[in-house]
Parts: sequence; C-alpha cells; structure tokens
Amino acid sequence: MKVTVYTMILVFAVTIYGCGSGGDSRPAARSITIKGSDTMVILGQRWAETYMKIHTDKRVQVTGGGSGTGIAALINGGTDICEASRPMKDKEKEMVQKRHGKDVTEIPVALDGIAIYVPQTSPIESLTLAQLKSIYTGTINNWRDVGGKDQRIVAYSRENNSGTYVFFKEHVLNNEDFAREVQTLPGTAAIVNAVSKDPASIGYGGIAYASGIRPLAIRRDESSLGVKPSMETVDKGEYPLSRQLFFYTVGAPTGEIKAFVDWVLSPEGQKICEKVGYYPLVQK
Amino acid sequence: MMMLSSAESQTSGTLSDRIARVAITGSAFLAIISLILIFIFIGKEALPIFTSAAIGEEADLGKLFLPQPTREGAKPEYTWQPISEVPKYSLLPLLAGTLKVTIIATLIAIPLAVLAALYTAEFAPPWARETVKPAIEILAGIPSVVVGFFCLMVMAGWLHSIFGWTFRLNAVTAGIGLSLAVIPIVYTVCEDAFSSVPQTYRDGSIAMGASSWQTASRVVLPAAMPGVLAACVLGFGRAIGETMIVLMASGNAAILSLSPTDSIRTFSATIAAELGEVVVGSAHYHVLFFIGAFLFLITFGINLFGHWWVGRLQKRLQGAS
Repeated sequence: MKVTVYTMILVFAVTIYGCGSGGDSRPAARSITIKGSDTMVILGQRWAETYMKIHTDKRVQVTGGGSGTGIAALINGGTDICEASRPMKDKEKEMVQKRHGKDVTEIPVALDGIAIYVPQTSPIESLTLAQLKSIYTGTINNWRDVGGKDQRIVAYSRENNSGTYVFFKEHVLNNEDFAREVQTLPGTAAIVNAVSKDPASIGYGGIAYASGIRPLAIRRDESSLGVKPSMETVDKGEYPLSRQLFFYTVGAPTGEIKAFVDWVLSPEGQKICEKVGYYPLVQK
Repeated sequence: MMMLSSAESQTSGTLSDRIARVAITGSAFLAIISLILIFIFIGKEALPIFTSAAIGEEADLGKLFLPQPTREGAKPEYTWQPISEVPKYSLLPLLAGTLKVTIIATLIAIPLAVLAALYTAEFAPPWARETVKPAIEILAGIPSVVVGFFCLMVMAGWLHSIFGWTFRLNAVTAGIGLSLAVIPIVYTVCEDAFSSVPQTYRDGSIAMGASSWQTASRVVLPAAMPGVLAACVLGFGRAIGETMIVLMASGNAAILSLSPTDSIRTFSATIAAELGEVVVGSAHYHVLFFIGAFLFLITFGINLFGHWWVGRLQKRLQGAS
C-alpha cells in the first residue's frame, strides 16, 4: 500500500506542476520569453521567478529545448533571449544579421565547471581527460592503471536528471554511455560525503562543494600541465572542465529586456547562480 | 450555538443521520475511488509505449525486457541508460535490484520482528513490554529520509570497514536500512496476532505440562500464523515500494547480477530520481510511468495473494480446531 502513497504524491506533483506551467490569467504586460539550453533552464527559471517576485508587474517565460533550439528561435524571431551553454557559431550569427539586420549581442551570464574529487588520502594528483573517460566508461577499473594503488575504482556520478551529469557526459565521455558500475547519488553533497569515506573512489561535482575531499588537477592530454579548478582558472578558461553560459539577444537589449539582463548581471542576480550550482561571473 | 444545534438535531434527527451515513460511506469508498483514479492516470501515461509508434520506436516491450546493443561490436546487454544518444530502457537490472534489496530486507526484518513480537506477547514482564513495544512503534515514525541519511552517512561506513566490500553502497547496506522500515510493520501486526490468541489455548497447553517456550512456539505461533503471514506480506509490500532509503543507500547503479554486495538501482528510486527533470511526453517519461504501473501491479498482486493465502489458512485452522 506504501506504493499507493507514493503514486498519490506523484499524481499530485504532476498535477500541481501542470497547473503551475499553465500560468495565471493576470492581464500582464508583454512578457519576456527566454528559450534555449536545457542545462540553463533551471537557472533561467530561478532568475525569472525571483525577478517576477521583485517586479510583480513583469512576466518572464523560460523554456528549454537545447541551445540549438534556442538559437533557431532567436534567428526566427521566436524568442527575446536565447540561453546557450555553447558560444554561437559565426554562421548562426550571420543568419541573425541577415534576418534582422542587427548584430547578435553575446552576454556571458554565468560560469559552469565541475571538479573531479578523490579522497584526501589518494595518491593521485592529476588525470588526463582521456583517463577520466576510460574510468567512467569502464575501460579502466583499477587505480593501478592510472598510477595509483592496486585497487578497484569505485566511480560516483550524479543522477541523470542533473545538468552536471549532462555536462560531464558531453565534455568527458564525448556522449558515450557511463559504465553500468558507476553509482549515482542524489546531489553533489552526497557524492562528496561518499568520496571522502571511500579510499578507492572518484566523483565529480561543483567546485564550490569541494570540502573534505581533494579536487584533482586535470590535464587536457598527456603533455599538458595539470590545472586545478578554482574560480580563477575557470574564469580564465584554463581549467578544461569549464565553460561560459550565455544569453544572446538580437541587437543590444533594450527596455524590459535590458532591465532583466541588467538585473541578472547584478550581484543579486548572480547570487542565484551559486544557489543553482553554477558560478557567478567574477565581478570586475 | 451548541444549544441551538442540539435543539436542531432533535427536530431533524433523520436528516443528520442521513448526512452522517453519506459521509461515512463516502469516506469508505473514497479510498477505492482514489485507487482506481490513480491506476487509470498511471496506466494512461504508460499506455503510449504500446500505442504510439514514435514512442514505441525508442521504447517498446522488447526494448524494455530484451537485451539491447550497447556499443558497436559488443554483445547485447541489459542496460538502463535513459540519457544517451540511443536511450536504453532495460527494466531487468531495475527488477533485479528491487527484488534483491526487498528480499534482503525482509529476510532480516521478519525473523527479528516475529521473535520480538513473540517476546513481548508471551515472555516479557510488564515493564519490558511497556518499553519495547512503544520503542519499536516509534521506529515506524522515523521518516524514511532520516533512515536513508543515517545509512548513507554512518552505517555504510561501518559496514564497509567491517566487510571491506568493493562497493560501499550496495544491496546489503540498503537492505539493512530498509529492514528498519519493515520491522515496525511486521512487529505491530504480529504482536496483535499473538495477543489475540485466546488465553485458554495457553492455559490448556500449560496444563498439559508444556513449558512456556513450547506453548509459545507450538501453540501460540501456529494459532497466530495467518496474522504472521499477513505481517510478512505487508512488510514485503512496504519494502518493495520504499524509496528514500534505497535512493540514498544503494548506490543506484543498474547492475544485473546476483551478488548482494553489488550496487543496485530500484524501480522506486529510479522514478524518484528521474521524474523530476524528464521531458514531459518523451519516451523516458512514459517508461517511468510504465515502471510506476508495473510497481503498482506487483504490490497489488502481492497484497491480493497475501489476503487469499491468509484466508485459506484461517479456514484450515478453524476447520482443524
């Protein structure tokens, strides 16, 4: 019968979710639409919610679909702001110029990066991206093969609903599947805890969470130097597992859209990045 | 106000009677109605796997239950990889994980709970009974997320350092945590069953010269068997659907194996972990609902079987006595 209770909760959750996305019938001013990266959907939604809480007369709508979908919508005039977790290609920028007669404005709004953790006691100092991929796809499963002790590697991952999971899959595994033995834990904090207690383990997650364990230096390939994750190396783009997240608009943002973008870039808006698990842009 | 309403109820007694009857009948049927509505809703969301060609292309029954190719050149495997270039939705690793942890939990919980119930019902002096019974019942009140947290943060470490397993979080760790949730249910139902065995049975047994252990094990336990079995079935049902404990303590790796020290991923944990962010209407979404319906049918079947079995046993016992 316990199951019934869970399914009930599930039903309620879905119903409430459904109602929520229906929006309210307030005769609002023209709403700002944001479309794009699935990685950034939650970030965008938090921004929108908080912004609408402060400015009750404004409406901001956020939808996902992927960076490509968002860029296509921007080109077709289907959205005010495009969220993208990759820089726009020159060809795409040209299409916006041709279609709208205005240049695209690129606005970095947050930083995304992940740290690779090992226990404090681990002798491993750095790994190459290729080694990391082999560990998580299961072709390497002993620490001996990457310069450690003769111990079976226990790899921890995030749940597959997380943006971090997708980022790791794209940037480390090149979209290959994780090995079956990779364990998934709900949340970076759980991974940090598990890694800190398991001497043969490895895990990944946000840089901000890294306490009690040791983040590894990452090398792009055999010949390059290891780079440790930090706000500075992520900001400079030196750390291999980091990227900028962007807003794109047609022409420079004006009016309502400008007000929203300015708020996102303000310390108040940037605080939300950290809450969702990304990094604020370093305030210069 | 009170005066007025009592005066009113005297004049319109039949009306309030009728309202009360409707309310009582309504609340009794509400449970059945919500059960049916839930099943319809879940079933409806699971249906596109069979009916929609687009969804079926990504996930049909064959893909859910037969081995699927994973990498080029590798032999087909049972894999749960819903976020992938080619999503793989094999349910067998999840089914294996669910059964493994449920069996481990019930194997641990049932002997402990039945013996504890036998102790409190038959042997315990009043002060021990007054302490043990509420303590076990309080165990049922601990939110499962707290039990899960304890398993993840504390117990997993202990067990890992004692046994030195490769996977710190595995089916045994989660099973032990899960048994903490199952014990109070089995205990409470068993305790009631033992207590409701008529005192005359015990008196008769003692009068025939049996020791109190012989009385408990050969008279009270068999007489209370239907209740004990009902307790076991309820415990199993609770264990199979429990979510938070397994989500936190099992490692959630979908491995198809028999080893109890491998990490496991259960049906319930999969739904809990993935439904939050899934794209509504995608194959993945419908597969999760299919899992929900499947889980619903399993527990429904177990409960039905339990009732039938208990009923049969009860009849036989009554016939014998």
